[in-house]
Order: sequence, then structure tokens, then C-alpha cells
Amino acid sequence: MLDPTTPLQGLGDRLAAPPLPVEVRSLVYETGGKRVIDGLDVTIDSGGMTAIMGPNGAGKSILLRLLHGLIVPTAGDILWAGRTMDRQLARRQAMVFQRPVLLRRSVAANVSHALGLRGIVRPERAIRVDEALKLAGLEAHATTPARVLSGGEQQRLCLARALSLEPDVLFLDEPTSSLDPTSTLAIERLLLGAQRRGIKIILVTHDIGQARRLARDVIFMHRGRVIEHQDCEGFFEHPRSDGARAFLNGGLVL
Amino acid sequence: MTDFIDAFKTALGLIVTLDPNLVEILFLSLKVSLTAVAIASLLGFAIGGALAVYRFPGRGTVSAILSALMGLPPVVAGLIVYLLLSNVGPLGVLQLLYTPTAMIIAQVILVTPIIGALTRQACEDLLEEYDEQLRSLGASSGAIVVTLLWDGRYRLITAVLAGFGRAIAEVGAVMIVGGNIDHVTRTMTTAIALETSKGNIALALALGILLLAIAFAVNATLIGVQRLANRLAYA
Amino acid sequence: MIAFFDRRTILVLLATLLLAPVVSVGVAAQDDFIIVQSTTSTQNSGLFDHILPKFTEKTGIDVRVVAVGTGQALKNARNGDGDVVLVHSKPDEEKFVADGWGMKRHDVMYNDFIIVGPVSDPAGISGLKDADKALKKIAEAEAPFASRGDDSGTHKAELNLWKQAGIDPTKASGDWYLETGSGMGATLNTAVGKHAYTFTDRGTWLSFGNKSDFDVLVEGDPTLFNQYGVILVNPAKHPRVKAKQGQAFVDWLTSAEGQKAIASYRIDGQQLFFPNARPGT
Repeated sequence: MLDPTTPLQGLGDRLAAPPLPVEVRSLVYETGGKRVIDGLDVTIDSGGMTAIMGPNGAGKSILLRLLHGLIVPTAGDILWAGRTMDRQLARRQAMVFQRPVLLRRSVAANVSHALGLRGIVRPERAIRVDEALKLAGLEAHATTPARVLSGGEQQRLCLARALSLEPDVLFLDEPTSSLDPTSTLAIERLLLGAQRRGIKIILVTHDIGQARRLARDVIFMHRGRVIEHQDCEGFFEHPRSDGARAFLNGGLVL
Repeated sequence: MTDFIDAFKTALGLIVTLDPNLVEILFLSLKVSLTAVAIASLLGFAIGGALAVYRFPGRGTVSAILSALMGLPPVVAGLIVYLLLSNVGPLGVLQLLYTPTAMIIAQVILVTPIIGALTRQACEDLLEEYDEQLRSLGASSGAIVVTLLWDGRYRLITAVLAGFGRAIAEVGAVMIVGGNIDHVTRTMTTAIALETSKGNIALALALGILLLAIAFAVNATLIGVQRLANRLAYA
Repeated sequence: MIAFFDRRTILVLLATLLLAPVVSVGVAAQDDFIIVQSTTSTQNSGLFDHILPKFTEKTGIDVRVVAVGTGQALKNARNGDGDVVLVHSKPDEEKFVADGWGMKRHDVMYNDFIIVGPVSDPAGISGLKDADKALKKIAEAEAPFASRGDDSGTHKAELNLWKQAGIDPTKASGDWYLETGSGMGATLNTAVGKHAYTFTDRGTWLSFGNKSDFDVLVEGDPTLFNQYGVILVNPAKHPRVKAKQGQAFVDWLTSAEGQKAIASYRIDGQQLFFPNARPGT
């Protein structure tokens, strides 16, 4: 009989509560002499998808990477349920990038390699690889070199790979901006499924329609700051800031 | 012109009759260079991969030195190893001078920078694409190095073949540390040097032709590997 | 096709390819051998190929010859990177022993130097019996002359001759006096290529394969006499020297048997080396 306080290998820390809300306070990020994130405050709760939107150069991708720990802030705090970022927390997150990043090996090997990096043992790995490929609809391509897949298939694979890690928080940086509508739909279906299973999804998107379809709340950024943070309907119907209004009307936000 | 014709005739004759002297020399050349390249590959992959991934003060300088060492003259490498292995040198007790092992050591010194610098470049190129994703997956620096090395395997093969080309064709290093001793440390290149100095031009050329044939085979393999990689989208 | 390249297969293939040569290189260190530091001219003459097998057959000791310039041979021996040294530069050899690096110097054999050149003979030296007279004529005619320029025994003998002729050819270095800084064979190649006269030992010349339109022009002058000496490297200075086997070689070389072997070496019927070891030394 297992001692219930012993962490179970393979199930990750999903038994524990997800590390949310995440509180960002006075966040600053400077690079190349420029202040890209300029004193940013925001709080993201669990439940539902959060979309981050804004004009180019607003700092959305940077914010995502700061949250995921890929870059280190110049100043300010990011607290996950009161804790600062550490290795354990990092293992409970995953990210999908704008362009699919796949290794020069087979479809299955790509998923397996990622699981290996997270320390998942071989037998468990095989099971998760199978599940991931099923999820992405790529079982038939298990031994195909991943890089010969189409753009849509590659991105599905990247998403399935991220989900196989069983993260609590999933970041996506414009995952469908270069995909055709069919592929986009497939990705969105996967995201909805993941959200239903309790994964918190934070998504940067340019696609207003996508945000309306998926998001529960929208964070609007401009010039390194959060200008507005509203529930989805409120944001699209009654934007509170000039910037958001201009953005939604298709104008240039300067 | 007659020398060239004689050379081809001689070369053909040597090959067809499987001249035992030739076989011995050829075998030693391959033994020395293949072993050296094997060792240099292990070192070069590790150094190149580490340089690409790990950040430390002086990293740029080390990379520059490694690249510069690609141009290390073989005779200088030979001199360095000679000074180390000589009886009055620090490693004299090993009694390795004038043995194939000394030749391997010298060639390892020559080839490692080539493989190392090319590996570093390959890994850096791959890292540009993979860095964020791998760190997102939680890979340690060491795991990243291993991932890049395997992923860049076709470029690494190219680097190894380049290193082999350098090793099999050099004469300066093996001459000094090997001593060109008959039946012991005489390789293709030192034999060519010897026959040339004896005025046996046709024989020297014949050996040269054979050496070129090996170099050609190396290059053909290189092109073949690259084509295969492209076809399988592994490039 | 893809399955053929799966990771395990590649690793196994690589391991086999890499281990095969490594395993066979395993130092089959046959301990019964000595290293003799000698000169390229002696090596190129083919003498060693003729006499060494006889020594090995008798004693079972393998002789590994490292053939470099005289200067390098003595330097290597000074470093203890050889058990015996066999060169042809008496003053240097005597200094070697005097400095304590060698046990004792023994005369072994002599051959002679000759001056070779194009049969067209621009300086008109063919047939002269006086070597320094020939050199004077070459200097006056400013005819191209290739020198080894490498501090070897041959080179030093050549410089000595110029001195006797009262000429300093190095002033014209790069002009008509070409210093190749190379071994005898390479220098001969250069001489032939540039239609230059050159000073060489007869042994290397006879076995040289690229004579082109060259011939022996000056020979027989007693000043062209080239003496070889053999010395055992001093084990007191370098304990790792194989003194017993090295001495066995020195003894054999100066013994009646060794001397006979030297005398029996011929090229085109011509004897190259004339044994002159003095008994009891």
C-alpha cells in the first residue's frame, strides 16, 4: 500500500492543486537598451482560457516567456500561488511556439524525447506517446520524420507533445497564425479538450475570432503594459481603453 | 609527362599484385588516421557541443582559439608531440616516440580542432532553432548538448570526414614523431616523401594516386551522406 | 530505409568501425629493438636495407633507423631518443662524446663525396682532380649551385671545401648559390630541376632515381673523403637507453662480419662504402 504522501512517479504533481493564480507585480524587462515591459501588473486566475492580445511590439511574446521562465525579468515579481518560479514549477508548465519546433527524428521520437527530458521512464513514455499521437491524429505517422509533416500536422504534434507532459499551465504563442482554417480548427479543438481536463491555457493571439471562440478573459497590452483586463464578452463589446477600441476597430494602435 | 604515365602504370601494378609493402603502408596509414579520427571525434563533439551550449567567461576566446587551431601546421603539431614524448620530455617515461601511438596522438591534436570547431558551428546553428523549445521542456545544458549532437548527426559526419581527410593526407606530424621507420611507422605520406627524396618519382606518384583515391572515396561518401540526409529531411 | 538508420543500428555500426582499428593498434611492443639515429644520405643509399637484416638474423635484435639530418640525429641522441648514433661528421661526433652524451666513437666506414652537374657543364669543371679548384670556377662563372644548407655532415663538408677555396658562397645565397635546407635527395631534385651543380655523397647519387641529364663531374680528390662514425648513446645520461643491445650493434658493425657486410653492398656493381673500422678500438 502506497503512503499517500509519497509523490507518485509519472502522474506528476497533478494531484496537487494547480499553482494559480499567478500574480505579476511591477514587472520590468529591458533588453538592448529598450524597456520592453514597462511596469506591468496583472493577475491570472485558474479556469478558462486567458487570451493576451495587442498590437505588434506590445510585448506579448515577451510576457509569455517571462511567465514561463525562459527569460528573467529585470525587476518585479511573478508569483505562482505565492511561490516564485523554481524547477518544480517549471515542470508543471509547457509551451507551444508560433513555429513548430521539431527535432530531426520521427514523430514518435519527438514526443518520446520530450518525455525523456522530463524524466518519465520508458514504459510510461510508450503509453503517453501513443496517447499523444492519437490525440493529434498522427498514429499513422509514428515513424515518419517529423519535419516532412505539413505545417498543420507539425503544430498538432507540438501541441500533443506539450500535452503529453501533463502540464498544469500551457502557454501558446500565436499557435495558428501560419495555419490554414482546417488546421486551426483542429488545434482549437485540442485546446478546448485540454481546458476541459483542467489545464490552464494562456494564449497569445492576433486572431480576434479565435479569442472570441476560446477565451474566457482577455488581457490587452500596449507598449509593455497591461491596458485592459476584462472578461471576454465585456472586452469585445465594451472595450474600456482607447487603445483596445482602436485595435478592435482594425486601426493602428500607436 | 612520362613520369605521369609511368606512375599510373606503377600504381596499377602495385594494386593488382597487392604488393605486400604497399598493403602494409596502406594498412598503417588507415589504422593511425582512423584511430586518431575516432578519438578526435569524441573529444571534438564534446568540446564543440559544450562551447555551443554552455555560457562562461572567455567563451568567445576559446571558440576563436579552437577555430584558429584548425590551421595548425602538421609539422608544428609533430614538434609539440615530439617535445612531449622525447626522452627528455615530460612524457618520456612512456617510451612512445617512434611508435604508431605517437603518430595517433599527433593526429588527434591536428584533427580535434577541426571536428570541434565544425561541431560548435553546427550546434550553434541548431541551437538558434531549438534553444527556447528545449529549455521550455526543461532540458539541462548537458541534455541539450546530447540532443543537438544527435540532431546534427549528418553535419557531424561531414565534420568527421573533413577531419579524416586532414589526417590521412598530412606528413609533417607523422614524420617527426614516427621517424618514418620501415615496417614500423612508415605511412603513405611518409613513404611518398621518402621515394621523392630518392628520386623515385614514378613510385612516389603512384602512392600519391592511391592516396588521392582514398581522398576521393572520402569525398564521395560525404556527398552521398548529404544527399541521403536531404532526401530523408534529416538535413 | 529509415528503419535501417535507427539509433541502435547506427551506434553498433559506429562502435564496430571505431573499435576495429583501435584494437589492432594495440602496441605489439616487441622489446628487442634498438633505435639508431642516422642520416638521410645513409638511408637513401640503401645500405641499411642490405646490412641490417644480417644483424637481426644473427642477434634477433630489430634495428629501427630514424633518418634525419646529422644535426638532428645528434640532437635526438642528446635527448636520449635513440640508442646508437651513426653519422658522418667527425668533429661533431667527437664533441658529442666529449660532452658526455656518447660512450666512444668508432670509425666504421667511409664513402666519398662527388660534384655532379648537368653534362652541359657551364663552368667547365668536368674531370678536374682538384675539388676546390672546381668550386672556384663555379663561383667565377656564377653557375647555379645547390647546397643542402641544413647543417648536415654533407653540408659541413661542402662548406669546408668552399673555405679551402677561399670563397664565401653564402654571400650569393638566393643568387647562384641555392640553399635548400633539405636532405640530399630533395637537394638533388632541386639541382636537377634548376640545372645546378651540387655536392653529394656517392651513395645517394648512385641510388638516386631522377638523374635526368646529370653526371659525375668531379671525383677522386682526397679532400672528398667522407668518414662515418658510430657511437653508443651514454646510458649514464639516459638510463632508458638499451645499452646492451646498442653495444651489440656497435660491436657487430665494427667486427669483421659487419665490415664485410658493408663492403658487399653494391649498386650497379659499384661498391659504395669502404669499411675502415680499426680492430681493437
